[in-house]
Amino acid sequence: MAVRSALRRVVVFVLVLGGLWALWEGYKWLWERTGWTRPFRVNDLTLPHVHAILLQLGEPTSTGDDLWLYLAHSALFTAKSAVVGFAFGAVFGLVLGVVLAQFGVLRRGVMPYVVASQTIPILALAPIVVRGLGSVSIGGAPPPDWARVSVIAAYLTFFPVTVNTLRGLLSADPWALELMHSYAARGWTILWKLRMPSALPYIFTALKIAATASVVGAIIGEQTASISNGLGGAILNFNQYYVLEPANLWVTNLYAALLGIGFFLMVLLAEKLVVHRAPEHLV
Amino acid sequence: MSADGSVVSIRGLSKVFGKGGVSALQGIDLDVARGEFVSLIGPSGCGKSTLLRIVGDIVEPTDGDVTVNGKSARRARLDRDYGIVFQAPVLYDWRTVAKNIALPLEMLGWDRARRGERVREMLELVELTGFERYHPWQLSGGMQQRVSIARALSFSPALLLMDEPFGALDEMTRERLNMELLEIWAGTGSTVIFVTHSISEAVFLSTRVVVMSPRPGRVAGVVHVDLPQPRTTVTREEPRFFELVTEVRELLHATGADEVEETLATEDEIA
Repeated sequence: MAVRSALRRVVVFVLVLGGLWALWEGYKWLWERTGWTRPFRVNDLTLPHVHAILLQLGEPTSTGDDLWLYLAHSALFTAKSAVVGFAFGAVFGLVLGVVLAQFGVLRRGVMPYVVASQTIPILALAPIVVRGLGSVSIGGAPPPDWARVSVIAAYLTFFPVTVNTLRGLLSADPWALELMHSYAARGWTILWKLRMPSALPYIFTALKIAATASVVGAIIGEQTASISNGLGGAILNFNQYYVLEPANLWVTNLYAALLGIGFFLMVLLAEKLVVHRAPEHLV
Repeated sequence: MSADGSVVSIRGLSKVFGKGGVSALQGIDLDVARGEFVSLIGPSGCGKSTLLRIVGDIVEPTDGDVTVNGKSARRARLDRDYGIVFQAPVLYDWRTVAKNIALPLEMLGWDRARRGERVREMLELVELTGFERYHPWQLSGGMQQRVSIARALSFSPALLLMDEPFGALDEMTRERLNMELLEIWAGTGSTVIFVTHSISEAVFLSTRVVVMSPRPGRVAGVVHVDLPQPRTTVTREEPRFFELVTEVRELLHATGADEVEETLATEDEIA
């Protein structure tokens, strides 16, 4: 039974992948053949062949490495910023959510600023933060590039975690709360034994959003601070030479997407291990 | 236990919800002796659930006194004198059956070995041995409510407060759980206050039935149930059972509430 369902998932995955490929190539073929120009003119520059994009992986770059290896290094750099940013953002978001849930007075006072923090355009904030941290000295040297970038990833990560943690902690069943009350349980015991477990599905929903947001945050952080070692730098670089090698940028996007998906899957795995709920209550 | 053997003593109790708002309970006097099984019955709005919650120190009374084992309701709650069973099982989805039952024991700081032993006893008591590692959603409604009862009894509270615990179950499951509850009650010697809207259930289970009238909630009358113990399936067919059911029903009629008709209509279907 388990084998059959696993097999079915693989088949569906392959079919969807094949479908997307067919859609891409079919679109390209039809538009090129008819010469349609809306919404944009289709040729090998605007929409390269899928196989052309994949074959580009083996082409050498100006650094001497093949593209796949060059991008693997970039992705690793970005992943480091994203993972560290995600971890700090998630922990900070969780702690802030718990504090706001436990102290109603703070909630009304602090929540507007939490929301406001996310309305500031990240493109405006990122260069200030990343450059500003470059002039800070920790142990005699400024923090490394990836660490400064991770702050931006954390900034994008914490918000969904705070909002969902708060919501989840306050969602505990009123009868279950009365039950804890009848056991003469204290606030922190209630938090640990009831509110936190009740909030876990909400928290993991937030972590899934945060996982992909942290990759985007790291890429934007790199770009605004002109740090060239990561995927953000690669995107800017390949963007400049798009007319010459369009496939380079597409491949870079593919790496960024795979990184985000990888993060998402790790959160999903953690959720499966940690959260035990009736199937219908899982988000 | 206080000297006169009464576990719960309620004097001049009233409850008003909101400022100058609805009077839910007025001038309630009630004593519950140790080992008694007392049912509270009445039409909706008679405050029977509110009364139970005041005894359990979930809701504060507006006026009057509640003593439990000679202490204030609050003190009794802090001393963990209450085992509570709600209409819904209120089990924690993320805990197994065994860990749900162990929850109050964890609060009391029992060590793992002692908890495990008690959980085994409790599972045996509610006939759920073998289900300890199941999660609540894998059980039927009746089984879930049995887990809830096991959890309430696990720490041997002085007083068991049950708020329509079988109200959401089908009639057959309900009658079986009635029997089980009586066996547990006889076996553990607990004192029970039981809220219900079913006349036959109240008469079958109780040593006394307190009939309440609505707006404001008051005690309309008390019926002593002199059916022999232990109650069996035959009890429901005895003439005395029907006499007592009629007595309770007439008291309910006398409360004059519109809802009584509705309550009785459903009761007649059951009886």
